Amino acid sequence: MIAEIIAATLKIVLVLGVVSLVVAYLTYLERKIIGHIQMRLGPMRVGWHGLLQPIADGLKLFLKEDIIPSRADKIVFVIAPIMVLVPAFVVYSVLPFGPNFYITQVNVGLFLVLAVSSLGVFGIVMAGWASNSKYSLLGALRGAAQMLSYEIFLGFALIGPLMLAGSLNLQNIVQAQSDVWFVFYQPLAFIVFFIAALAETNRVPFDLPEAETELVAGFHTEYSGMKFAFFFLAEYANIMAVSTVGIAVFFGGWKGIPGIPLPGLVWYLLKLGAIIFVFIWIRATLPRYRYDQLMRIGWKFMFPLVIANIFLTGLVKLLFL
Amino acid sequence: MPQEYLPILILLALATGFAVVNLGVSFFFGCRRPTAEKDTAYECGIVPETNARGRFSVKFFLVAMLFIVFDVETIFLFPWAVVFRELGGFGLAAMTPFMLLLIASLIYEWKRGALEWD
Repeated sequence: MIAEIIAATLKIVLVLGVVSLVVAYLTYLERKIIGHIQMRLGPMRVGWHGLLQPIADGLKLFLKEDIIPSRADKIVFVIAPIMVLVPAFVVYSVLPFGPNFYITQVNVGLFLVLAVSSLGVFGIVMAGWASNSKYSLLGALRGAAQMLSYEIFLGFALIGPLMLAGSLNLQNIVQAQSDVWFVFYQPLAFIVFFIAALAETNRVPFDLPEAETELVAGFHTEYSGMKFAFFFLAEYANIMAVSTVGIAVFFGGWKGIPGIPLPGLVWYLLKLGAIIFVFIWIRATLPRYRYDQLMRIGWKFMFPLVIANIFLTGLVKLLFL
Repeated sequence: MPQEYLPILILLALATGFAVVNLGVSFFFGCRRPTAEKDTAYECGIVPETNARGRFSVKFFLVAMLFIVFDVETIFLFPWAVVFRELGGFGLAAMTPFMLLLIASLIYEWKRGALEWD
């Protein structure tokens, strides 16, 4: 029992360490890719081609002054970034990275991912409320309404693939795609899942909670130093987590294309890189949605689409599979 | 069976510890020179006069209510989707009235204008 706990702890420390490092370098990758899309070079000064930039940024944020506004609700103000960061990390406990590489597998895996990742919205509301600033409050309200709405579509989009896989255990879902990736059976569900994932992680074109041109920085306007870094870290950790769920459910997880012998972890990382590149590409390409447009495409377009998808999946599966 | 859940608890504890220690250490190392102006809420240079927690649009409450209604439906659909293969045609037939209710409530909200934002 003790040996198991130590083994699990080591694995967790490894995963947390790698995730933190990858997340730090995602910010570098984002700046670099967007730079090149806009015919700039991106960060170049710190290290070779700016490779040490994330470390310099982290160090800077670590040593920055920790400003707590005098009118803020101090306890909630301090707890909020922790409430955002911890769920973003806990999600990684059940994600499959390779055939034998995962922290743990539980038979409610996908459900746990949805439940834990939705806890992040509490942190956002707490941050906006505690800051006692108009921009923060508006950003938090927008964030809450947007994340609640799109969580429903995210959940409904996952039901189609679940009907095919017949398990909530993410490793079993990956195994169920040995022959065909579910994205080919469930293209509608994947499109809705991807759009909902963009909205859940507050990414462009749905970055209304932190829209810098109208709300300064949205719910984290008043945050500085390490607390600000936590919101940033959580956002990128969420992007990576939701991409991993998407890969596991729609793209065969760590399973590769037959005939090309590569380890499962490498396949997973290749797919992760591709999906995250699309996330960054979209940020460099699309303008921001208006709030009424965001709610309209969600409730009036994507919601009927996923409900139809569930019926369609049920009928096709009964008749042909 | 509960043993599989133990690593999740360890991860929860480690992540919380990481966050708290990090905040504490950076609080210790970071400089602190608070001034009255610096500690006011940021409003693009204008001195905030009132409390920011005013009234806000009732639309946000409406979205919260819609969320509760439809998220409960998701929870019902998840176990059904998992055992769909074993249930077969009966499963689909049994779920159809439930789904029709869901669609009816969506149409009702649509017609009543609950989905309009302006």
